[in-house]
Amino acid sequence: MTTENLLATPVNTGTAPTKSDGSGGTSGPSRRSSASYRARGRVFSTLKHFGLIVASLVMIYPLLWLVVSSFKPNDEIFRDLSIFTTNLTVENYVNGWNDLQFPFGVFMLNSTIIAVGAIVGNLISCSLAAYAFGRLKFRGRTLMFAIMLATIMLPFQVVLIPQFTIFKELGWLNTFLPLIVPKFLATDAFFVFLMVQFIRALPKEIFEAARIDGAGHFRTFAQITLPLMVPALATTAIFTFIWTWGDFFGPLIYLRIPEMFPASVALKGFIDAQSSSDFGSMFAMSVVSLIPLFVAFLIGQRYLIKGFATTGIK
Amino acid sequence: MSSLGELRTIALNARRSGNGAKEKNPDNLAAYLFLLPWLIGIVGFTIGPMAASLYLSFTDYNLLQSPLLNPPEFTGAENYLQMLGDATFWNSFRVTVTYVLVSVPIQLAVALALALLLDRGMRGLSIYRSIFYLPSLLGGSVAIAILWRQVFGKDGLVNGFLAIFGIDGPGWIGHPDYALGTIIVLHIWTFGSPMVIFLAGLRQIPEMYYEAASVDGAGKMRRFFSITLPLLTPIIFFNLVLQVIFAFQTFTQAYVVSGGTGGPADSTMFYTLFLYRIGFLEYDMGYASAMAWFLLIVIAAFTALNFWLSKFWVFYDD
Repeated sequence: MTTENLLATPVNTGTAPTKSDGSGGTSGPSRRSSASYRARGRVFSTLKHFGLIVASLVMIYPLLWLVVSSFKPNDEIFRDLSIFTTNLTVENYVNGWNDLQFPFGVFMLNSTIIAVGAIVGNLISCSLAAYAFGRLKFRGRTLMFAIMLATIMLPFQVVLIPQFTIFKELGWLNTFLPLIVPKFLATDAFFVFLMVQFIRALPKEIFEAARIDGAGHFRTFAQITLPLMVPALATTAIFTFIWTWGDFFGPLIYLRIPEMFPASVALKGFIDAQSSSDFGSMFAMSVVSLIPLFVAFLIGQRYLIKGFATTGIK
Repeated sequence: MSSLGELRTIALNARRSGNGAKEKNPDNLAAYLFLLPWLIGIVGFTIGPMAASLYLSFTDYNLLQSPLLNPPEFTGAENYLQMLGDATFWNSFRVTVTYVLVSVPIQLAVALALALLLDRGMRGLSIYRSIFYLPSLLGGSVAIAILWRQVFGKDGLVNGFLAIFGIDGPGWIGHPDYALGTIIVLHIWTFGSPMVIFLAGLRQIPEMYYEAASVDGAGKMRRFFSITLPLLTPIIFFNLVLQVIFAFQTFTQAYVVSGGTGGPADSTMFYTLFLYRIGFLEYDMGYASAMAWFLLIVIAAFTALNFWLSKFWVFYDD
């Protein structure tokens, strides 16, 4: 249900040989040594950095403004739009925390439960499926693999209403189950694909050795494959966390009682109260809801960015 | 290789080999055990529901009725006929297609341009990359959409900036001509993820191509248009196909920016938002299912068009 974020997907978690950043293909100037050329290169480089710094500021400014505004007294937020201010207060956080029907901690906890459940589910189910697709030969493999790949591109709306009906008939509305159980059934096909890519890139000799030593498939999977694919598992965990934490549509339709809301749906309460002009609280709780994403970004950068290799690539 | 690349290979192989040479499958039992969760998921949560929603799209089905005790009534093509005459539906279709056609190409162009600017080994590379990438991770969240409402509000950041030049900007979010534009800008703001994919693609281009071209006297421009760009086209294509598919399903941003209404004047009534309102606020699940299938057909058509067009501009090395 976090489709818009799937865009961030073509990750191959560093299976492909990522070259170090040292050598330059398009960075030509070093090859020629005429002084004027070098000078021109330096001017170009300075201009480029100037442009990139301006672009970075434009990109990051709304976020900085959000954070700074959340520490400003309410009446100052729109009177002074700058991010330089001396008049800082934590009042918004204190008010915002208790502004909705339940303390914001309840919603954060709900988000956490859903995210942890989804992570565990994806790690188990996707790695099992990936081992089969990546290592085993079986009847129907090509067809099933093609179906699996196709579901990455399937718009979820086309399964939405029957899925909702199933969960409603099971009596699972207003529980976290509709958001967690499908993850235990490898419905996030993208991660299966990511792990298949990773498993295929592992040296064949390892599996050969395991077979000769008499290890069965389950042992080969649990004791050899899983430990080797930790980077792919980490990428899966981080992406699952980010997508589940940000997910809005799923909780919106399945969770109708405030005490079950995750942070994303709870935040909606601030816009529903149109009359309220308590922008400070809204900003403060927005920041609170973004902190886990930001932390995941910091911890996972290595996997999210450095690991980005091929997939889009032949 | 990308998921698209894999599908292409499978299709090519199927065409080449037909259903010839059956290989031995020694791992059947183990494989099906490993695949068990996936098999249950694919049948129970994907293929089954697809078939069910196709059927439901030909029925009158209310959200509140239990389909087991009170089966939905078959009404033939009525939902689809209703769609033809539904002005709000066509408006939501127009809004969404506009959004896709404007935001996806611009976002990819920005992503590509910045990926090309970020040379290997340049100073500050990882900092720039992180800063550009961060918004794409946060961009889908409710918090950012809330922020966007304020950034583009009457007294927001954008108008504060315009005021420096003496321009009195409108309330962008509340204006039917501009509200969609703010959501497009939000999408462009999240160019970081395709940029990172382009960066990875650039790193994959073998150094020797450039060396050989230099030896042959090719200049910077020539090397870009004869090496970099052609070798990058499969990645551009991959991004384009997926971005189009996902852009059609945009929901959160439209919901939050418009406060759930699709307003002002239905200018941000995205397709998925309208579908949500029909199905979950008006309980008309039959009509919503028909809309879902129409969406699938539209997306499939756009994807097919993309594949057909790719013959003219995507370069495959094999």
